[in-house]
Amino acid sequence: MPHSVTPGSTPAEDSSRTISQVEPVKSELDTQDAHMADAPSPADTPAEAQAEERMEKQAKVNLEDMFDGEDSDPEFPSSAPQPKSEAESSQPAPIRINPRSVFSDPEIMKAFYQRLFPFRYLFQWLNHSPSPTNDFAHREFAFTLPNDAYLRYQSFPTADLLRKQCLDQLPSRFEIGPVYSANPRDRKTLRKASSFRPLAKELVFDIDMTDYDDIRTCCTGASICHKCWAFITMAIKVLDVALREDFGFKHILWVYSGRRGAHAWVCDKRARELDDTKRRAIAGYLELLKGGDQGGKRVNVHRPLHPHLDRSLNILKEHFQASILHEQDPWTEEKSAHLLNLLPDPTLRAALQKKWDSSPSRPSASKWADIDSVAKSGALSKSSKDLLEAKQDIVLEYTYPRLDAEVSKKLNHLLKSPFVVHPGTGRVCVPIDTRIVEEFDPLGVPTVTQLLTEIDEWQGTEEDGKKVQDWEKTSLKPYIEFFKVFIAGLLKEEKSGLKREREEGTEAMEF
Amino acid sequence: MIRHDYSRVDPKRRADINYKKRQFAKAEFQQQDYEHRLNYYVLPPTAEITLEEFETWAINRLKVLSELEACGFRNRSPEETAEYMTSILNKYLPLRSNSSRSQSLQEERKKDHYSHFILRLAFSATEDLRRRFSRLETMLFRLRFKDDDLLERRDFVSSLKLEWEEVGNAEKREFRDELAAAGGSKKGDEQEWFKVDWERVPELVEQRKVFLKRGKAYVPQREQMSLVVAEFTRRLDEALELTARALPRLDEDDRLAPILAHLSQSFTAPDAAYSSSDAEIDGLSAINANAIDSLTQNFPLCMRNLHMTLRANSHLKHYGRLQYTLFLKGIGLSLDECIVFWRRSFKLITDEKFQKEYRYNVRHSYGDVGGDANRRGRGYTPYSCQKLLTEALPGTGQAHGCPYRTLTQDSVEPLIAMLQRTGVADRDVLKTVKEDVAKKRYHVACNRVFEHAHKKEIKKVRDDGSWSATDLDTIVHPNTYFKRSWLLKHLGEGNAGVVGGDKMEE
Repeated sequence: MPHSVTPGSTPAEDSSRTISQVEPVKSELDTQDAHMADAPSPADTPAEAQAEERMEKQAKVNLEDMFDGEDSDPEFPSSAPQPKSEAESSQPAPIRINPRSVFSDPEIMKAFYQRLFPFRYLFQWLNHSPSPTNDFAHREFAFTLPNDAYLRYQSFPTADLLRKQCLDQLPSRFEIGPVYSANPRDRKTLRKASSFRPLAKELVFDIDMTDYDDIRTCCTGASICHKCWAFITMAIKVLDVALREDFGFKHILWVYSGRRGAHAWVCDKRARELDDTKRRAIAGYLELLKGGDQGGKRVNVHRPLHPHLDRSLNILKEHFQASILHEQDPWTEEKSAHLLNLLPDPTLRAALQKKWDSSPSRPSASKWADIDSVAKSGALSKSSKDLLEAKQDIVLEYTYPRLDAEVSKKLNHLLKSPFVVHPGTGRVCVPIDTRIVEEFDPLGVPTVTQLLTEIDEWQGTEEDGKKVQDWEKTSLKPYIEFFKVFIAGLLKEEKSGLKREREEGTEAMEF
Repeated sequence: MIRHDYSRVDPKRRADINYKKRQFAKAEFQQQDYEHRLNYYVLPPTAEITLEEFETWAINRLKVLSELEACGFRNRSPEETAEYMTSILNKYLPLRSNSSRSQSLQEERKKDHYSHFILRLAFSATEDLRRRFSRLETMLFRLRFKDDDLLERRDFVSSLKLEWEEVGNAEKREFRDELAAAGGSKKGDEQEWFKVDWERVPELVEQRKVFLKRGKAYVPQREQMSLVVAEFTRRLDEALELTARALPRLDEDDRLAPILAHLSQSFTAPDAAYSSSDAEIDGLSAINANAIDSLTQNFPLCMRNLHMTLRANSHLKHYGRLQYTLFLKGIGLSLDECIVFWRRSFKLITDEKFQKEYRYNVRHSYGDVGGDANRRGRGYTPYSCQKLLTEALPGTGQAHGCPYRTLTQDSVEPLIAMLQRTGVADRDVLKTVKEDVAKKRYHVACNRVFEHAHKKEIKKVRDDGSWSATDLDTIVHPNTYFKRSWLLKHLGEGNAGVVGGDKMEE
């Protein structure tokens, strides 16, 4: 793993690294305990939220008792962290966060999981209810460890235990899989193999810039800039509206993948319970571009356009002008051959070829305009309707979302969890607010090192004796708050759905 | 509470029954009356039939189903299949419409009904069999549904009482344009629509053939078939699952169990048309990684396509890699050489990344690692044409599959361009290839190209009689293509021309 090696970071040196000032270390201890306390325990209900807060302020004796209880947990005898020894090791010397620090540095990852990662909200999101259920307990997590080993079929009864294992193993990232019919950790002890099967998972989508490599001119490979992020913005707009309007899904979480793509998690109950056929159907409905890189036309749709495509085309049209013609400028010099290939009319093709050969440096926007002007001047052997349709197809080819459809088609596909750190860039995989998707700046997303520095530099005071969480001191705050609101909406619907089910259930019983 | 039922015998009196009388007594279960030609097979049969009937009916239905499956393998279009199946159905499993007023109407339907349930028993044991049975029964149902009398079909559908909502006039007006656009119908073409949850019509959704609004699919009347068929499959799958659970209780019956076991065994999958002898080519010494480039001239188009994509991008996506690796294994490239080949081909990738992400896959394909221990040492067999033709189509940036199919989805041009690049320039050949492809006879097109490319050699071996007719049979496996091509191009070099004893299997 290339990025895990720091020049001169030997284990001996690592142990000498710690948080930069003594003051924050103290507060870090507190928050850590607070985290442990406020992570939901089986008895938690929203009504007890206040009690929780009181507890935070109270003496730590109770908390220590709680830890003792967990230490004796038979399931994780070895992984139970000892809060005291942790404190000792982190007290003497603080971490020096300097520009040379590498994101997957163990101390940095440790501080991230300890102080910033919103385990509690992740739990609420996946659990769909305040008290732990099998929705969370039977959920598969897969850890990528710092030595690049990949640990599948991890599962956790509560958020605390997930946090514990993260702190223990410091995964460079972890992924979320489906809810299984049994606890994933027990899968080998089950008598019948068939009793272990995936039951539910959010419907997920993955848009990655790799699929755009043949049409983006600004960057290649892993790098991105604002120009090519426009592709992702367009994709999000089109997919989001289709999922909401056509399929009637309401709870769609878009997440920045940390480098050059975005993930969508459709969390509606109806979406979670889809089987593979139905997932494939949705992916097929949303997929448009066919065929490989061999060139040739990749969009072929029936006319009249399906309402979904018609709507998408209307959304994409404006982007095509700005993002494609001006910013990407895809048909400079000899690249215009591809554009010519896509035009169905041989006469027009010849006329355009002649015109562009004489001025090869003409920008794409002018070339695009040329198509119409040359066509008007009479070099058109087919109907203008054919030309219009060909132009629509070109707009779609250059702007329509390119999905990594395999991810969406399978119930048991794993996808990187929100809020983990991308090991290559150090950026946190934050949610994207679709209402202001245009404003989202992938290069402005905070990196883990930046966030840790922000905690130290935080100047505010704690008002009304209310504890300020570490994430609230950083630029991660708006993202976590957005996530909280999203979860609240999901939980509300889940609760009313449950009630309805129960009512229907009782009716059915009364015969 | 025990309900009094005439079908039950009072347990205290059981001893008094004279079996001879009972044997010829009238059935005490209610006889089923088959009102419709089509059947959703909801109620199991209740009357008695003889063991002989039990077996022959099942075998007849099995014959129909396997012919149907074979049609799929041969890539017949729905129309061709329907035509082909008519005579077979009439022979083994006739089912006439009500309007025919045939005397044997009830008898035919009874046979259809019973044979379905017998096979259900036979094919419920394993997941594989269940899936296959359900797929074929669905095909059969669809076939019959299509050629059913219109009026009777409507009666049948309304008897099903499927929950769907009709789209009212107000809504029809509101979404007039959308409905017309999604259905692909002409303007002013008045039609009826149903509104159902989209989950019930996944195939229509996948092909964007319905208008969707807030999770409801607006299904045009003529797509009703897809709804009815999907419902049929759903119910059958559920019922098969239940049958599987009930099956162990049948073990005690020593008359039925052997018949059922025999039925399910004779329904095994046809061979993948690959034999290890394809890998042993006389005169072709062990291939190494360097030789692949020159050997591609003998490769079928699917593999040349992969090879060209690999050389152009210095990369291939997963399914392409898998298909190509297995093919290379099939032509005799050893594992070590194969890894060398991939390592060199992925020029832009670091050693470390290659070791981590790709090497395992190649070893896995060769059966060197992973999977269950039984398969290890052999790995997967190279893909046959049939496998390539039934796979999902390649997505963005992928190049696997049969190019005669994958490159002709929307227009035939990419394929023609590809053929021209590989040196097939003859106009007549290209024209006939276009025709073949339009009829979805992909393997015919491929064989045509083969014959064109080896015209001289084929003529020669035909004339001097060194190759028998079976040696020049239709090619249905990429590795057969390579082997035959290589032998033909190296005629007269050493013992390469001698193929007599070495039969290529189809």
